[in-house]
Order: sequence, then structure tokens, then C-alpha cells
Amino acid sequence: MGIINQLIGIPELASEHGELVDLMLEVVHWFMLLLFVGWSIFFFYVLIRYHRSNNKVANYEGVTGHASTHLEIGVVIVEAILLLGFAFPLWAQRVDQVPVGDDVVKVRAVGEKFAWSFHYPGPDGVFGLVDHHLISGTNPVGLDKEDPNAADDFIARNELVLPLGKKVVISITSKDVIHNLALVPMRISHDATPGVTTTIWFKPTKMSSPEGWDIICGQLCGPGHALMKAKLHVRTPDAYAEWFKENSPTPAAPAAEATESAAQ
Amino acid sequence: MDANPTHPEAHDDQDHHGHDHHNPTFLEKYVFSTDHKVIGIQYGISGLVFLLFGFYLMLVMRFSIANPGEEMPLVLRMPLMPVEWLGGILQNLGIFDHKLWSWDRWAPMTALIDSSGNPITDATGAPVFGHVISPDLYNMFGAMHGTIMVFMGVVPLGFAAFGNFVTPLQIGAPDMAFPRLNMWSFWVFAIGGVIMMMSFFIPTGAAQAGWTNYSPLATTLQVDGKSIFWTGPTQWLLAMVFVISSSLLGAVNFIATIINLRAKGMTWMRLPFFVWAMLVTGFLLLLAFPPLEVAALMQLSDRLMGSSFFLPTGLTEGGVPLDISGGGSPILYQHLFWFLAHPEVYVLLLPGIAIVSEILPNNTRKPLWGYKSMVYGVMTLGFLSFIVWAHHMYLTGMGTMISTFFQTTTVLISVPSVILLTCLMISLWGGSIRFTVPMLFATAFLPMFGFGGLTGLPLAFNLIDLFLHDTYYVIAHFHYIVAPGTIFALFAGIYYWYPKATGRMMSNVLGHLHFWPSLICMNVIFLPMFVQGMAGFHRRWYDGGKFFEQISADYIHYNDYISIGAYGLAIAQVFFIVNFFGSLIFGRKATTDNPWQATTLEWAAPNKPPHGNFLSEPVVYRGPYEYSVPGAERDYTPQFEPDPPVDPASLPAKTPSSSH
Repeated sequence: MGIINQLIGIPELASEHGELVDLMLEVVHWFMLLLFVGWSIFFFYVLIRYHRSNNKVANYEGVTGHASTHLEIGVVIVEAILLLGFAFPLWAQRVDQVPVGDDVVKVRAVGEKFAWSFHYPGPDGVFGLVDHHLISGTNPVGLDKEDPNAADDFIARNELVLPLGKKVVISITSKDVIHNLALVPMRISHDATPGVTTTIWFKPTKMSSPEGWDIICGQLCGPGHALMKAKLHVRTPDAYAEWFKENSPTPAAPAAEATESAAQ
Repeated sequence: MDANPTHPEAHDDQDHHGHDHHNPTFLEKYVFSTDHKVIGIQYGISGLVFLLFGFYLMLVMRFSIANPGEEMPLVLRMPLMPVEWLGGILQNLGIFDHKLWSWDRWAPMTALIDSSGNPITDATGAPVFGHVISPDLYNMFGAMHGTIMVFMGVVPLGFAAFGNFVTPLQIGAPDMAFPRLNMWSFWVFAIGGVIMMMSFFIPTGAAQAGWTNYSPLATTLQVDGKSIFWTGPTQWLLAMVFVISSSLLGAVNFIATIINLRAKGMTWMRLPFFVWAMLVTGFLLLLAFPPLEVAALMQLSDRLMGSSFFLPTGLTEGGVPLDISGGGSPILYQHLFWFLAHPEVYVLLLPGIAIVSEILPNNTRKPLWGYKSMVYGVMTLGFLSFIVWAHHMYLTGMGTMISTFFQTTTVLISVPSVILLTCLMISLWGGSIRFTVPMLFATAFLPMFGFGGLTGLPLAFNLIDLFLHDTYYVIAHFHYIVAPGTIFALFAGIYYWYPKATGRMMSNVLGHLHFWPSLICMNVIFLPMFVQGMAGFHRRWYDGGKFFEQISADYIHYNDYISIGAYGLAIAQVFFIVNFFGSLIFGRKATTDNPWQATTLEWAAPNKPPHGNFLSEPVVYRGPYEYSVPGAERDYTPQFEPDPPVDPASLPAKTPSSSH
């Protein structure tokens, strides 16, 4: 969709709101093209028509009409439409109307030099507590194993798996420096800033190929920045459920855990 | 016949410095000079040298982007080879404990691969080794390219050099309001420049965290070395403190000069637009730079003294919690940085527009169209530029209220920008256009700046930013404004005011040889970047996207075209360099003080104006762009010429009362 988008070679789109992003890009590019072509015609006409060889004596007054004023008012009107019609409501939708409910897929994305950890809450749908003092090679997000909610949580390293057609909410943060989780086919990206958690949501509308889509780090994070790649897989809800189940650790019985800690 | 109101006999009375008998030494005259013209030229030459060096850094980066894993060509290593040799000698003598610059460190010998990724082997099948640009070097040159281009190249050249040289002449002042402060401004800048350059040669290398130097990356980078002081980021911050202080001294001086030292008759609405733009730029620097200076000092304190202004609780490095007090905010740094850096964009741009609005009327031989709208436009632009900064931060987790505010202001600022550009375009209408070399560059500025401005429009909307943030689309957008935009305008200014500064004209032929390839190459470089950006190419990838093959496959070969453009651009600059220095000796002598037949006051001063500028106190009789006035005998009526004696039958001319 979109002649200019096609012409410039916009990449594959795979999310619901992304259609509006692409539509807005298309509209803005038409507007820009119109202005640029208009200006260029005027520009080249004037350069030739008023070249010294065609116009010996300059006109002190120059243009006396109000065409430019009308043009400026026109620009303001189009920009107002773009703001009020697209940008404001759609941003509010992204930021203020974060979906909730059992049907919503929740993931925490934690950036580090130079990898992503995707923290899934497990079948209970509740994230366990995290503490940066607990971060280690085997515990990349510092999950607090003592927390009952953490028992069924699991971490997917450099692999974000999502079900098709379900709303996804991703909370993004970082452990060390600022990264940026950029999902190009989803038309979404957000900073992963240490000490800050940002939230984005979207709805995948297209399955990924078996190899998945590349996840880019969009913010300079050090020498490995260009190589900080993760994969995004969008699967059928069934395939996703299967993957989810396979990865969720079976929580040990609370009693057994209590005994274990008492024994220590 | 010279049109200047020259009264040689008035010279002695006129010498307000009373130093007529005193012959300044070489040091006083050319090094520690308080003369605004010498300072302007000092700034100009240092700015040009920094621009050239920043361009060299870019060539190395472009090679890494287009040829990742391939051997760095000798021609790119050559500029730093003397330092490498000298550094080796100094190290052997025990003066330094490290080699000042070592390609083995920054572009280590690595097994080479060919363009399809296969290892290159010699006849025996052994791998071939060569100097390959490391990601650290790429990041270092990237950070320093931005820093040097913005803070040490374009601003010193656009604001400090042209502002210093032209502004006092255009308002008819003998010098800046505070000549000594002016000298200090340059030398404080020079100290900053030396520190910035020196940081390349310390063991850690220069800063590597982008020109934005975001915390925590910039704060935690290179903290494991022997001395935290002698590290790239620390030296970057120190250098920035000097550069910012220098800009503040300059800004105060410009504002005071323009307000107080205008010649008799130079009312506000008779000021050339150039001076208006400089006044607004001065205010931008004065009000926007202090927050960055504060941010630099706070980050310095985070690095050196263990504070945590920009470091949050829970920060880890390599999986280990850092020993910091925490509680700070990385986003606070971004606010402070962009509170400067957005007005800074206009500090880069306004001198460009200022120069173009002098050259267009001169070469169309008609007044600037919409002078008053431009004056009000530039003031509005200056004001609005202070309240748009957070559009650089849409993706930091911004809520609806804030983003609505910043999107609205960002879109609003396009209105004065469009007014400025439209007035310049319409100024061409009805002219009698002559394409001198300055005019060529000024003409090309219009569509290039227009293109850069238009492509900023999608980026103003945060919804689109979700997709285009930090992609090559952004890179292409702002480079169109600064490179074929501002830098073309700066070239135009150099060609235009060169005869005033040196008494000689620059070569037309070399000017054309400089202009046309530059125009073509600039577009070959930056146009493909829009396409790459739309495809999802992100900035600051040292391998140009090779690793993200899925995203880059269709457009990665554009990197080769961009490289060709970059080399072409480099060759085109040779004509400029030859022209710039060669014309000092071989240039045609300017036959009059006003070789372009211009109207503004700087052309009333003799070429190579003496200390004190004007031979007699200039008086201003009319507006700045009185070209092709109906009924006048010539097609220009300078500001400094009294009206000709009138026919007694006609009405008395409006001549301001004169003290003579």
C-alpha cells in the first residue's frame, strides 16, 4: 500500500497500528512531494526567466501578490490535520490505552551489552520480582527465585516469540546503558533506559518466516552495537502456546521449596 | 571613482585607540589580536581546518561502512602516519609511555575477508592479514565527527568567523564592543580545540559515545583504565567546557556590539538581515549553552567524583552491579543536552540563511523580498527553538501531554522556517540574476535546505518516529540541512567576502570546479540514505548493516555509491583549497572597495580594512538592500551614500541631520 512507500521500498509490515504509521508516512510524503515539486518549478522558472540575459533590469518591487501567504496558511492547515487527525490520537492510543486482560501477552525486554533478555511471566501471568544484585550469568535479569510469582517465569535470550493476532505489551528496560528495542516490521521501537521502564504495545498481524525477523538495537551502546541482534518470531497461537509451555518451568511445590530453604 | 565617504585628513582624529605611533608586533597583530577581523579570520581558518578533519573522519567511517572487514587503504591511514612515527620515537625516548597513535591498536591486523565474506588467502593458502577498522575506532571517529563538525567546525566558521568579520563592518562599528573579550573567546576556543584533538592521542583514544555523549554509556566508558582523567570521555567533557565558555563570551560580545555600536542612522529596520540573524544566534548561544555546560560539569563530576546525577540505581556493567550511589536519571542528561542541542541546530543554520540573504539581493540586483517578515520570522524561530527540544526524545517513554506539546511546537517551528525560505525564493522573482560563484552556492542552498527541511516533517510526528527514529532517514535529513545547506552557504560567504578580507578575488574557474562536483556529490551521498533509512538501516553501525542482512540486503550496495560520492566530494574540495590559498597570491586584485557593487556598509571600508575599519565615521542613509531603485542612475544605492544633490525644483530629499 502506498505508491511512495513502495517506491522508496518500505519494509514488510506485520502489525495492526503499523498500517496507520505507513499511511501517515504516505500522506506526509505526498505533501512533501507536492511542496517540493511546486517550489522546484517556481525555482527553475525564476532562475531562467530572470537570468540577467533574459531580464536586464531588476524590478525593485518584486512580487506584490499574496500567494505566499496563502501557501503558508495551506501548509499550516495540512500540518494541523496531520497532528489532530493522526499524530495526537494515535500516540494517545499507543501510550494511554495499553491493553489489559488475560488475553494480552506480557513480556519484559531487558537490554544489556550486547544482548536482549525477554522475560515471560509464565502461566500465572505475573512477573516475579527482580533485583539487580541477583544478576549473574545464569540469571540475566536478576529474577528473585524466592518470590512465588517468579517460579514459573522464564527468560528467552535474544528470542522474542509472540502469538499472531494477540495484543502484546512489552515493558522495556536496560541493565547497563541505553539501548533501543527496534522492531521494524511492527513499526515500533522504544528506548531501553536503565532505571526507567517504558511500555509499548502492538498486535502482530503476520506470521514470521521460520528464521524470524531481526530485532535491532537502535541506540549506540558500545563497540558491539552493530552486532546486537535478536530474533522476533510470530507464530500461530497454538504454536506459541506450545513453545510457552515447553519453556515455562514447572513450579516446585511451595512446601518443598520452603523445606529446601529451611535446610540451608 | 570610489564611492566611499573617505576623508583621509580625518584619519588622525578618527583613531580612537590613540595607538597610531605604536607599531604592533607580529604576535599582537596576528596572534593575540583584538581586531575583530583578525579574530574572524583566525576563527575562519580553524573552522575550515576542523571541517576538513571532520570530513576525513567521515571518510574513514564510510570506508568501514562500505567495506567492513577489508583492509583500510593507505591513503586513509596516511594523515595520521606522521603522528604514529613521531609517537614511536617519543615512546622510545621515554617521553610517553604509549605510542601517540597506533593503527595496530585501532585498526588491528586482522585476517581479511573479501566482499562476499570469504577469507582471503595467499598462494600457499595462508590467510592474508591487514589493518581493519575496529568498532572502537568507528565509534571514536563517529563521536568526534559529530562533535568536531558541530562545535568546532560549523559554529566557529558560521557564527564566530563570519559574525566577527562581517557584523561590526556591516553596522559601521570600529570593532566589537569588547575586543579583549573577543580575543579571549578565540583563545578559550583554541584551548578547547587542542584538548579535543589531544584526546585522540591518549591511550584510551577519544570519546566513543556519539556526539550526544549520553549517560550512562559515556559515564561508564573507559572507567577501567589507569587514570580516569586521561580518558576520552573526560577529555571530551573538559574540551566542551572550554568551547562552551568561548561561545558564551562570543555571544555576549555580539549582542552588546549589535545593540550599542550601530553607526549613526543605522536604525533597527535598516540592519542587514545578516546582523539580525547574528543577533538571534547570539541569544540562542547565550541562553542555550549554559544548560549543556552544566550537564558537562555534572557528567564530569559523575566520572571523576563519584556523583550519580545521571546514573540510576541498579546499574550493572558486564553483569556486575556498579559501585555507585545511584538515584540519578539518564533522561535528565538528555533533556539538558537537547535543550542546548536543538537551538544549536538553528545556530548552525541561521548564519547560513544570513549569508544567503546578503548574497541573493546582491546578485539578483533587487531588494530582499519580505525583509520585515524575515526579521520577525527569525525572532519567532529563535524563540520556538527553545521549546522543541524533546522531539529528539520521543522514544524515551513520553506520555501524551508532553508529546502533544512538543509535537505542536515542532510543527509550529516549521512556519517561520517556511517564511524564511519562501521570502528567499520569492526574492529571486523579478531579479536580474547573475551567477557569480557566491551566487551559485547561495542558489543551491535554497533547494538543498528546502529538501532537508521538508524531510524533517515526518520526523516531527512521534508516530512516524516509532519507525524512523535513529535510522539513516534522520541522518540524511539533518545532513541535507547542514552539509549542502549551511556549508554551501558558508562557502558562498567565503567567496563573497574574500576580496574584503584579502583585497583579491577568488578564481571563478576553480570556483565552478568546486561547486558543481560538490553539488552532485552531496546528493549522491545523502539521497540514498533516505532509502536506506526507510528500509530500516540504523545509524552507528560500523559494518553498514552487513550483520543485519535481512534488513539491509536490498540496499546495502548503496553504501558503495555513497563512498564514491564521498571520495568525489573530497576531490572537489581540493579546488577550493587551492583557490583559497592560491588567490592570496595569484588572485585578481579587487579594483574597488566594492567589487560586487553591493549596498551594505562593509563595502564602504577599504579592502583589508585597517584597525578601526572605516576611514571616517560612516553614516547610514537608507535600508540595506536598495538595489535597482527606480530613477537611480546605478542599479545599487549603498546605505552609506548620501542622496545626490537634488534638483531644487523637486522635494528635499530625506537626509538625516548630520553633525558635519
